[in-house]
Amino acid sequence: MSEQYDPNIVAFLCNWCSYAGADLAGTSRTHYPANINIIRVMCSGRVNPLFIINALQQGADGVLVSGCHPGDCHYMEGNFYARRRFGLMKELLEYVGVDPKRFNMSWVSASEGSKWKDVVEDVVEKAKEAGPFEQFRRNKINW
Amino acid sequence: MNNKPKIGVYVCHCGINIAKTVDVEAVSEFASRLPNVKVARNYSYMCSDPGQLLIREDIKNEGLNRVVVASCSPRMHEMTFRKTLAETGLNPYYLEMANIREHCSWVHEDREEATEKAKKLVFSAVAKARLLEPLYENEVEVEPATLVIGGGIAGIQAALDIADAGFKVYLVEKTPSVGGRMSQLDKTFPTLDCSACILTPKMVDVASHPNIELLAYSEVEEISGYVGNFEVKVRKKARYVDVNKCTGCGVCSEECRLAGRIPSEFNAGMGNRAAIYLPFPQAVPAKYTIDPERCLMLTRGKCGKGPKCEAACAAGAIDFNQKDEIVECKVGAIIVATGFDVFDAAKKPEYGYNDYDNVITALELERLVSASGPTGGNIVLGKGEDAFVPQEVAFISCVGSRDKSVGNEYCSRVCCMYTAKLAHLVKEKLPEANVRVYYMDVRAFGKGFEEFYDRVRREGVRYIRGNPSEIFKRGDKLVIKAEDTLRSTPIEDEVDLVVLAVGLEPRRDARQIIDLLRLSQSADRFYLEAHPKLAPVNTATDGVFLAGCSQGPKDIPDTVAQAKGAASSALVLLSSGKVKIGAQISFVNEATCRGCGYCVEICPYGAIELVTVNRMGNMVQVARVNEALCKGCGACSAGCLSGSIQQKSFMDRQILPQIAVLGGVK
Repeated sequence: MSEQYDPNIVAFLCNWCSYAGADLAGTSRTHYPANINIIRVMCSGRVNPLFIINALQQGADGVLVSGCHPGDCHYMEGNFYARRRFGLMKELLEYVGVDPKRFNMSWVSASEGSKWKDVVEDVVEKAKEAGPFEQFRRNKINW
Repeated sequence: MNNKPKIGVYVCHCGINIAKTVDVEAVSEFASRLPNVKVARNYSYMCSDPGQLLIREDIKNEGLNRVVVASCSPRMHEMTFRKTLAETGLNPYYLEMANIREHCSWVHEDREEATEKAKKLVFSAVAKARLLEPLYENEVEVEPATLVIGGGIAGIQAALDIADAGFKVYLVEKTPSVGGRMSQLDKTFPTLDCSACILTPKMVDVASHPNIELLAYSEVEEISGYVGNFEVKVRKKARYVDVNKCTGCGVCSEECRLAGRIPSEFNAGMGNRAAIYLPFPQAVPAKYTIDPERCLMLTRGKCGKGPKCEAACAAGAIDFNQKDEIVECKVGAIIVATGFDVFDAAKKPEYGYNDYDNVITALELERLVSASGPTGGNIVLGKGEDAFVPQEVAFISCVGSRDKSVGNEYCSRVCCMYTAKLAHLVKEKLPEANVRVYYMDVRAFGKGFEEFYDRVRREGVRYIRGNPSEIFKRGDKLVIKAEDTLRSTPIEDEVDLVVLAVGLEPRRDARQIIDLLRLSQSADRFYLEAHPKLAPVNTATDGVFLAGCSQGPKDIPDTVAQAKGAASSALVLLSSGKVKIGAQISFVNEATCRGCGYCVEICPYGAIELVTVNRMGNMVQVARVNEALCKGCGACSAGCLSGSIQQKSFMDRQILPQIAVLGGVK
């Protein structure tokens, strides 16, 4: 892997906990790598597995889904669905040859700005270890 | 109307908050070249009046029909800009925000990197904005009633304010009487008002107010519904005493076989009670309660030749067959005022709270100095022949506060002042006693606090700066080992009584309310407010408000102020009578739905049902969303196999372009 490689991470954050936690990281001026790009959804349970595949196809080297701590979901059980769904998803991705380091889940509450920083650093680090992701890219065909 | 997207992008400098790390000129220039973008501007403060005017003018003059604001978090100003759009007649949901402050300029240092990221975030917002659809909010009626959970001073004050405004209040208190922690106090700092004298009139008001239904000795068991329309189930625990017959005479308690043998919760274990008891003389309601965990009749089914309380009760109020009752009510708003627990001093074993009888907590001393306490206000320790009056008294402050080793990093805010107050009371009752306070810092920040602290020192209370490391016994005396950090000298101090100024902690049963109302906790484990500065009484759940120490340690004036704030927030809801509920809910494309019912199973709110419809002559089952019940989590659409059920504003076809942009494959 070259030293130059800068991974691109797409993150799906639930509005109530993780997005607010990331906001708090900002308010507290916590510095973390700029590799992470956040998409806001209302609940981690909203994240369709399709989104993960799509992100990997569209150029992401790593994906993160982050929600409320299990039991604290604003919508009661949305993050339980996410946890189960993406537990399976991770295995499936591994099965089709995607390095499990590329797909991460975390639970970050609205008061855990510093944890968010740790999560981002960890996810970026893992994506760096896994290297650039080309497997799912749609190769342009030159006729 | 031609609905081809014409997008306006507005990049905010936020003073230098964004502009310092993000090249806002470059971002707006980049945005102006994006598909469907008609205008792109940057301005110093988009949320200011001129900033909003800029958007409104462009909507009018340029015919914009979508707006992207790249500024702070949507959690901050989404509502502000939605209103801006609405003022021009544009549907407020044609707004998308790019968070280039909290998620970009504040967290990244490199200007180039931050600018590139800001561009990406703006592009992603534009990609979504193109596909936004107009949404319409539903209005629902608000049930003109409030549930207040917790009958301490916070709950009492909130209940009274709402009831005085003419709305119904259900006040639920877990213990047999309202009054809470404040009723346990003797005097209140810094004015030395008698706590009971200022509290009991309010307790009586709560019980007699025509608009308040007091549910004492009750617990909230279930809460469903949403802002304006909560349905609540309250378990009214059996008192085994008919409250309509009980006159509060107290003969039963005197006769009880266990009289004087059960530690009294109200007296913090310093005094005893019977199995049938009134927690304290001024209890409201003044009705007796049988402790089901102690009463011989209720635990063993047998009490001597027959329960003496039953025989003694002239009113015939004792009823061992009483059952718990479930009370159901509908309310529009909920106020959580569940208070705090004091720190468990046993978690600091070096202070010997478990080992020595004359190491006590401040709450225990509070009961000793109280005229209604077990000693009638005399500071006497021990019993019978061992009873003695302490001469050398030491207070230790910050026990369980500002202490990472026990997981409480925060300051409990009241200990410095209640220590000063108790030191004053000890001096008042025992003028010959030598009183000293071991402290880290003295925080006398409130109105009249510093003056009071000064007064106490002038009265001869010695303040020694240093955190004791150990307390051990030597003969009859306790020895405090500490270092006077101002003089850098070690101290061994022989005393008769050590008072631990224990801090405030979240209630040990705080989890119950979290599970009922989906509240969050802040890092200190108290309930989390919606915004620490601008929405300190709100929670992330609409219609649920916080009051008092459940949100964080507070003194009585702050608690009352916050309770009044929570009451007024609830009243805003109740008096307007209507509330807008989320427009970003799910909907079903009935033409493609195959009626598998997965979404029905997934929905946490039971908001989806299968209905039979006529699809081109065929009767088929399709899912249908109950808009009043849907809270817009979107779980259904992640589970749908055909993508037929979608969450408005978070549809697959709106999120996928965002992913594509952020992924960055050209």
